[in-house]
Amino acid sequence: MHWNSLSEFISMGGYGVYVWGSFGVTFVLLTAEIVVLRARKRKLAQRADAKTRLEARDSKLETVL
Amino acid sequence: MRKSGINWYKYAAPVNFYPLAGKMIPWFTGLTIILFAIGLYVSFFVAPVDFQQGNSYRIIFIHVPAAWMGMFLYVLMAIYAGIGWAFNARLASMMATAIAPTGAIFTFISLVTGSLWGRPAWGVYWVWDARMTSTLILMFLYIGFISLQSSIDDTRRADRAGAVLALVGVINVPIIYFSVQWWNTLHQGATLTARSFKMAPSMLSAMLILLGACWMYSIAVVLARVRLIILEREREAPWLVESPAS
Repeated sequence: MHWNSLSEFISMGGYGVYVWGSFGVTFVLLTAEIVVLRARKRKLAQRADAKTRLEARDSKLETVL
Repeated sequence: MRKSGINWYKYAAPVNFYPLAGKMIPWFTGLTIILFAIGLYVSFFVAPVDFQQGNSYRIIFIHVPAAWMGMFLYVLMAIYAGIGWAFNARLASMMATAIAPTGAIFTFISLVTGSLWGRPAWGVYWVWDARMTSTLILMFLYIGFISLQSSIDDTRRADRAGAVLALVGVINVPIIYFSVQWWNTLHQGATLTARSFKMAPSMLSAMLILLGACWMYSIAVVLARVRLIILEREREAPWLVESPAS
């Protein structure tokens, strides 16, 4: 360990913007990728639910008629 | 002769691969978290300060793995696309489509982190040197592949068109790799600066651990994405129609 204080760690010898900018961008992009994937999955599941509900309604109508 | 072992061929069918991929994802997610934790710890608390570049060099720990991932994933994508095209293997084509966004993101990360490192190290955010230009081209190839596939309605035609682009573009990857040998570039080759710069084993360890973390992440994300692609494409297939997807 070679950081004497938290502020030293954050400043990275003056290069803080570049170092934390790099790791920050990476973290944001990789997290965003996961978020987008989850949203896509949810949308698929919603469509599948909507489809089953519609089909259930159709089959109910058929039995009535 | 006794037939033993797992029948691997059955996993070439989306219906069988889907649950297998689902079971694999948690393992790779766990490994991702562990390796990122260890890698980041070594990067910031074990690897020493660099004599010439101070602490700005630490960007290397994410820049190099990201660059390698962009290149590896492109080759992998091209291989899957080629297999999907040559053998008419639907799942292979789906894998190529699943890999593309992840590869593009890593390539973009390597460009951004490289730029942010270039400013303190060389004084410039960007030069049109061989490696940086060819990496930018790699970015365009990924974007081209994704756009091309999404622009074609017929799935199999989209797969084939993407395969052509991926395979033609794969020549760019060795160009990126050898660019620092073939041309006079600002971007020093890893083999050159490594000897004089990467002296501390802890630096190499941090880079390799984070590379492992990026691999685990990529596998988990690509498997998750290919499952979604399977669901989207196989929507009308009996195995999905009879039991709604969970």
